[in-house]
Amino acid sequence: MTVALIDYGAGNLRSAEKGLERVAREIGYGHDIVLTRDAEVVRKAERVVLPGDGAFPFCRRGLAALPGMDEALREFVEHRGRPFLGICVGMQLLATRGVEHEEIDGFGWIEGVVEPIEPSDASFKVPHMGWNTMDAVNPHPVMDGIRLGPDGLHAYFLHSYAFSTKHHRDLVATADYDGPRTAIVARDNIFGTQFHPEKSQTLGLRLLANFLKWSP
Amino acid sequence: MLKARVIPCLDVKDGRVVKGVNFVDLVDAGDPVQAAEAYDAAGADELCFLDITASHENRGIILDVVRRTAEVCFMPVTVGGGIRTLHDIRNLMEAGADKVSINSAAVKDRQFVADAVRKVGGQSVVIAIDAKRVSEPGAPPKWEVFTHGGRNRTGIDAIGYAREVVGLGAGELLLTSMDRDGTKAGFDLDLTRAVADAVSVPVIASGGVGTLDHLVEGIREGHASAVLAASIFHFGTYTIRQAKEHMLASGIPMRLDS
Repeated sequence: MTVALIDYGAGNLRSAEKGLERVAREIGYGHDIVLTRDAEVVRKAERVVLPGDGAFPFCRRGLAALPGMDEALREFVEHRGRPFLGICVGMQLLATRGVEHEEIDGFGWIEGVVEPIEPSDASFKVPHMGWNTMDAVNPHPVMDGIRLGPDGLHAYFLHSYAFSTKHHRDLVATADYDGPRTAIVARDNIFGTQFHPEKSQTLGLRLLANFLKWSP
Repeated sequence: MLKARVIPCLDVKDGRVVKGVNFVDLVDAGDPVQAAEAYDAAGADELCFLDITASHENRGIILDVVRRTAEVCFMPVTVGGGIRTLHDIRNLMEAGADKVSINSAAVKDRQFVADAVRKVGGQSVVIAIDAKRVSEPGAPPKWEVFTHGGRNRTGIDAIGYAREVVGLGAGELLLTSMDRDGTKAGFDLDLTRAVADAVSVPVIASGGVGTLDHLVEGIREGHASAVLAASIFHFGTYTIRQAKEHMLASGIPMRLDS
């Protein structure tokens, strides 16, 4: 059994791999972290991590281009109910659909739409880029021991599109950037972060460790 | 609240930090990976590697530096210097870079910017602009884009160029004043503000930092989202923590996670 980190040509996988390896070592986690393009590996994995950088349609198509991967992911998430982590665009792909350059369907596991960030004031630059704090919305075991709020730890964000969830219950945390923007979503065995935990030093490594310990 | 960023920049040549880095605990002052790790521990918000390797054969060495950095450094890393092709970009991102900074190749061919944005997403494409004031003293300020470390004048207006590359999808600008670079006289605040106010993306101010107040000015008067500095940090004049505490005390929101 492994933690499968899906490699579909979307962004910096190496940092996610190294971050997971480091926390796995630290907590004595007994499964290997494996970079994979193989649907069979995903099907049998203990946990799955879906990263993603770049445009929603590019990532969606890149993933769909891996033979059998969509079905394997659906089986893993919907039937096996094992822990799943989506990062950045990998989190946005959980949505019903994304509207970036064109309208395209996501996995639809968490209802909502991924739309451009359109600030009300030009002093808010887009992309939302850099370190931001978060505000807790609903508690979640993957956030255990992680201090949120204005005086809490920071996470590194890098995105021009944001996930508007339909249901408040699916939100774990928001980040304030000209209003609350979705930072973390979760439902059942699915957890997703808009920010990059593998680039978020203390907060990020703690979150990855919690994810490896999580049994939904 | 989103915080202003402090970004140390390391010049790397043939896999070694140029001029070295003067930290107490560093075994090898010329090793970029050790320097990156030290900056990570010191609470730098991002790291920038500028590869100034001249020979074509040694250009691959930076990939190994980036790979090893990704193993020990859990903050964003931008790599610039000599990026000419989509292949260069893909190699750097696969090695563990989060963003790539493109300079001369963007000046030469705007289509390259658009192609890079399509390939890796605008959020990972930083355009580095080296600008120099070309207006006479007393005349309305005007800056031009220069390449090759400030030697080659392009005739391109820096503000117009900034707007153009952002229009092509670039997600961030790294703006260096060639007049101020290396002077320790502070950022060219007029230039920084003119560019930052002209574009919708974050601007990193660079060139001329000598004091901690310069960092404050870059954000407050230059309207930059981030400040980049090299020598004041490398030579131990100030720590990252001192810089961030000073900026915070001056009323700029900063990240001081311990």
